[in-house]
Amino acid sequence: MLLAATSAAEPTYVPVEGGALRSVLPPAPQQQETRVAPFRLRRTAVTNRDFLAFVIRHPEWRRGTVAALFADGGYLRHWAGPLTLGAEADAEQPVTQVSWFAARAYCAEEERARLPTWSEWEYVAAASESARDARQDPAWRQRILDWYAVPGDRPLARVGGQPANFYGIQDLHGAIWEWVEDFNSLLVSADNREQGDPDRTRFCGSGALSMEQKENYAVLMRIALLSSLQAAYTTRNLGFRCARGDAEPGR
Amino acid sequence: MSTYRPQESSRPAASGPAIPQQPRGGRGVSFARALLVVALGGALTACQSGGRPGSPGSDTGGSAKGDFGPPQGAPVRAVLTSPPQVPPPTGRTHPAKVIVELEVREVEKDISEGVKYTFWTFGGTVPGSFIRVRQGDTVEFHLKNHPSNKMPHNIDLHGVTGPGGGAASSFTAPGHESQFTFKALNEGIYVYHCATAPVGMHVGNGMYGLILVEPPRGRPPVDREYYLMQGDFYTVGKYRQRGHQPFDMQKAIDENPTYVLFNGAESALVGDNALKARVGETVRLFVGDGGPNLVSSFHVIGEIFDRVQWEGGTRYQENVQTTLIPAGGAAIVEFHLEVPGSYVIVDHSLFRAFNKGALAILKVEGPENKAVYSGKEVDSAYLGDKVASLASVEAARAAAAAGTLTKEQQIKAGETYFNGSCALCHQVTGEGLPNVFPPLAKSDFLMADHQRAIGIVLNGLSGPVTVNGAEFNSVMPPMSQLNDDEIANVLTFAMNSWGNEAGAVSAEEVAAVRAQTKRPEGAAR
Repeated sequence: MLLAATSAAEPTYVPVEGGALRSVLPPAPQQQETRVAPFRLRRTAVTNRDFLAFVIRHPEWRRGTVAALFADGGYLRHWAGPLTLGAEADAEQPVTQVSWFAARAYCAEEERARLPTWSEWEYVAAASESARDARQDPAWRQRILDWYAVPGDRPLARVGGQPANFYGIQDLHGAIWEWVEDFNSLLVSADNREQGDPDRTRFCGSGALSMEQKENYAVLMRIALLSSLQAAYTTRNLGFRCARGDAEPGR
Repeated sequence: MSTYRPQESSRPAASGPAIPQQPRGGRGVSFARALLVVALGGALTACQSGGRPGSPGSDTGGSAKGDFGPPQGAPVRAVLTSPPQVPPPTGRTHPAKVIVELEVREVEKDISEGVKYTFWTFGGTVPGSFIRVRQGDTVEFHLKNHPSNKMPHNIDLHGVTGPGGGAASSFTAPGHESQFTFKALNEGIYVYHCATAPVGMHVGNGMYGLILVEPPRGRPPVDREYYLMQGDFYTVGKYRQRGHQPFDMQKAIDENPTYVLFNGAESALVGDNALKARVGETVRLFVGDGGPNLVSSFHVIGEIFDRVQWEGGTRYQENVQTTLIPAGGAAIVEFHLEVPGSYVIVDHSLFRAFNKGALAILKVEGPENKAVYSGKEVDSAYLGDKVASLASVEAARAAAAAGTLTKEQQIKAGETYFNGSCALCHQVTGEGLPNVFPPLAKSDFLMADHQRAIGIVLNGLSGPVTVNGAEFNSVMPPMSQLNDDEIANVLTFAMNSWGNEAGAVSAEEVAAVRAQTKRPEGAAR
């Protein structure tokens, strides 16, 4: 197990041309689009196998050792032990029950990378298998919504199970929630009916602006989920993948 | 917010048997006082238009007079019940600190026979657990989001005074727990619901319930208290289409529900699950409407509400047939039972009741009272195929599941559907009506082509046809809300009755024709 874990293949990073993202959260009141610079995104999410290799090399990120400030009580709880995956955690399943701090540390230490920004993630996640931006396709939107209707206590699918999207990236939808680097700058109000409230002091960052395309429920749900999190939180359906800017050196 | 790991033993109280609300020792005085207050209220109602409070002396004072000081005594753990049960009265005469622990669970359940739906729930049920506190109580609220849930959730209680009703203070990630505290300043019956984006979807998936804030004097005792809530549901598939059905966003935006239900399932309050009471008893129903979209024209067929606290407010109206319950609102209705039988509870917007499931039963047992009512107990034409002779339908369903379905069972079950849906036009004799509705009895048109007959039941028929030499030119609506078994049974009945003789039509044949049928525009997605 240890050998297999430490000799995992190099992860594949897929190049993504930059472009403009027009989303439910405009970057500023007078600005409709966010520029996304060219970057590379991991083709699949980080697996239990990948993360085991990381904690073997980094004892400070093991369950039981990790500082409570950096991960809550649910951290890697589904693993049989601090260095054992066990029956509940298949090596090829995406790793979940990981905090934002741990996800960031993994990307930096293991892959000389970082977490994708929300804009980068949404830019790539707007694609279907055949279209760069499928967000106006009702059938595609319904397919994404269908995942949210599947109860969360089912075993997670192994990574790479779904067809690659327009960019060649897999499993962005229908598998897990994913951490993004700037999750805590999107804080929309915890009570989403307050969008028109003039009391903006209760909001942070771009979340203070009104959300457009209210019919795009899937995006609203992702934003709601990210807004409910703190950086030390872990949940059963939340994992991550890493990204690199084009100017940023790889390993 | 803290990490939340559920213990098996910490689940909310499961439903128990109906708890008769008997007058308790020591409550006689407050009961008499309550009657006095009620009598005064009634007198005022009679004198003032609409029964709204007008004179300052009759006013409860609202929230400004709802604070009875700090909580007294040891903290109390609230008794939570699953619908249709209601917790017992608090029985307290002083304000207390009440601890409420509510767990959010995303669960897959039957929304209809053989139709699965993933409900998001407060306490594992739709509607969520019933909460009962006393005016002036300080409520320490714990919202737990089960670790296996996918979604963040929160709660807005309409009984809370403060921005958002607790929503912002209770926003909770999966596997975590939030706590907030409020003082219940206004008496009444209040809806609570999830207010996480997208709110309509969280509510549409079943995230609502009721919290009762008892007036300080308590409520007059009655024999039975029950809890029900109407809600509208939006599935990708049609009404009763089998299998797991996801939420349909477009139908929800269009306010075009697939199901309109009491307590979250077609079977929630019928058959063995019917509400029960006895002749001579007084029943109190706490009725809410969770929405997300529709208001309810709440009605009990064959009963008159002796009292309705409309909109859940303090005053009541008497002798009401149908009361309107807003989405996100509630009412308290009470009635005394004189005659035994099955009383059908409906949303009197009737296509919701008979084509989308908004139907429940109150079964009343006891001696007949011919002086009050001598006829049939229920109006069988009204009930259609829902209540009348469901036994044959059940038998056919069980046999089909076991693979032992016979033609005779199909004919019996089909007769029930025929009398409920088809006989209005084609007549129970199968003869139809000359020049208007074609005959089925000894019908050359019906018997000539089984595939065509299946297609007509599924898709309807309009335009000229020739049946037994006579021309007909009218319209039959599609009956595609019937599932494959039901259509197979009703056709088997028609093709083997009134002198017709043929083999049985199978559900597989119906499924094959249905699969070739184009879905009408806007039917789903």
